[in-house]
Amino acid sequence: MIPAAFDYTRPSGVDEAVGALRDGGEDAKVLAGGQSLIPMLRMRLASPTTVVDLGDVTEMRGVRDDGDALVIGAMTTHDEILHDPLVHEHAPLIAQATETVADRQVRHLGTFGGSLAHADPAGDLPSVASALDATFEVAGPSGRRSVPASEFFVDYLTTVLEPDDLLVSVRVPKLTGWGTHYEKFNRVAQAWALVGVAAAVRRSNGSVAEARVALTNMGPTPVRAYGVEDALTGTAATEDSLAAAAQRAADGAEPSSDPSASAEYRMHLATVLTRRALQAAGGA
Amino acid sequence: MTRVSMTVDGVSYDDDVEPRTLLVHHLRERLGKVGTVVGCDTSNCGACTVMLAGKSVKSCSVLAVQADGADVTTVEGLAGRDGELHPVQQAFHESHALQCGYCTPGMIMAAVDLLSENPDPSDGEVREGLEGNLCRCTGYQNIVRAVRDAAASMRGTVPTAQEPAAEASAASTASTASTASSPGEPASQGVTT
Ligand SMILES: Cc1cc2nc3c(=O)[nH]c(=O)nc-3n(C[C@H](O)[C@H](O)[C@H](O)COP(=O)(O)OP(=O)(O)OC[C@H]3O[C@@H](n4cnc5c(N)ncnc54)[C@H](O)[C@@H]3O)c2cc1C
Ligand code: FES
Ligand code: FES
Repeated sequence: MIPAAFDYTRPSGVDEAVGALRDGGEDAKVLAGGQSLIPMLRMRLASPTTVVDLGDVTEMRGVRDDGDALVIGAMTTHDEILHDPLVHEHAPLIAQATETVADRQVRHLGTFGGSLAHADPAGDLPSVASALDATFEVAGPSGRRSVPASEFFVDYLTTVLEPDDLLVSVRVPKLTGWGTHYEKFNRVAQAWALVGVAAAVRRSNGSVAEARVALTNMGPTPVRAYGVEDALTGTAATEDSLAAAAQRAADGAEPSSDPSASAEYRMHLATVLTRRALQAAGGA
Repeated sequence: MTRVSMTVDGVSYDDDVEPRTLLVHHLRERLGKVGTVVGCDTSNCGACTVMLAGKSVKSCSVLAVQADGADVTTVEGLAGRDGELHPVQQAFHESHALQCGYCTPGMIMAAVDLLSENPDPSDGEVREGLEGNLCRCTGYQNIVRAVRDAAASMRGTVPTAQEPAAEASAASTASTASTASSPGEPASQGVTT
């Protein structure tokens, strides 16, 4: 199908883009890589009056080393992330998850920020950002603010971003000395996760000093598996204790049922995939 | 209407387009580039794949206005001026990598993109690399074979055509004849000895 008509503007800076969104009112929409938005326009699931294309906002592109963190521009494409040496060195979890996102064509255009702002429960990067305790840098009409990952995702396809807010960049703390892993289960012909698990584990003298686990597609927003994290902290990093902690992965989660998987199956997958993710991230 | 300039298959075009126009519709309906096809409404099938600024994209999921100032290559731009097929096209032809042919323009463009990054992919890497392209006919076996044959021919390790050309090269040096391993070549080795 053909999208409904809209006005189109292509600002070249963040402030100009925020201005364009404000002028466009409630029905203005940001266009990043377009890999989620354009299919929605085509199916007329979205029909904004104004589309603000961020394609020329170069200050929102690229990865920067900022001491104890990386700052990833929202407009950095999945493909650019995969080829970025800083990401591989300091946030390999992001590279590993991004490699599983969609296909080459979609990764050439789809962006890191777009995936987070879109907040699809099956998207891989929201749970990764959650496990990494990332901070979201947002620009709006009243200036800039920082939002922690724990507050950014509000509901199904919904974040704290107001219609005239822009996600500018994401600050990802470097996890030096941690082991990380993204474990994803998907159908063969489609890359979308049935369930995914992002795990980060810091070991010290054979036991787990700190652990963070976040789940993809186990609810309307990414779910932090605090039960698993609590069970892990301070225990020996053995196969058995990691497996025992993983049993708590689905505690409190309320995944949906859909034609690909029932809620019960997702709960089961969460425990199995968490065990695998923990072995890979923190196993001896 | 928004003014859009782009180079498509080596020719530059300037057009006024509606911002909602998808790149694939612009290519087909305005520029007559009907080699690129639409196979789905969900960005899944990859039949519409073209190169935008040197990278594969699904042209049904790009607005024409986003391609302003860019260089676009469609399947129609791959062959040489004299009509000589691109090695990937040639390999699809030789390996019977198509049945109805509907997925072929996108498959070929996706394969060209993959080989530009990985000139020697394994079977698994070809399958992974083409995961954005669906084929309802072939079962993919021959597509994978064609992409690997094309890769070999682009690396210059195996002659694509096994007929007369092999004879000439085998005749040129003795070592070529003795290392020839492709099944099509024993006959020409006989000629040199
Ligand atoms: C066939 C296919 C398979 C896919 N498979 C996967 C998969 O396996 N895993 C996965 O995680 N994703 C998958 N995706 C989604 C893909 O990752 C998209 O790139 C991503 O969801 C959206 O990024 P985008 O840059 O294209 O955003 P767009 O489509 O441009 O925008 C998406 C939404 O976010 C808003 N937005 C975008 N950027 C900003 C910003 N900077 N500030 C404020 N709002 C913004 C837009 O207004 C829009 O509402 C798939 C997509 C397709 C088409
Ligand atoms: S037509 Fe573009 S992906 Fe199917
Ligand atoms: S040959 Fe028919 S869809 Fe691939």
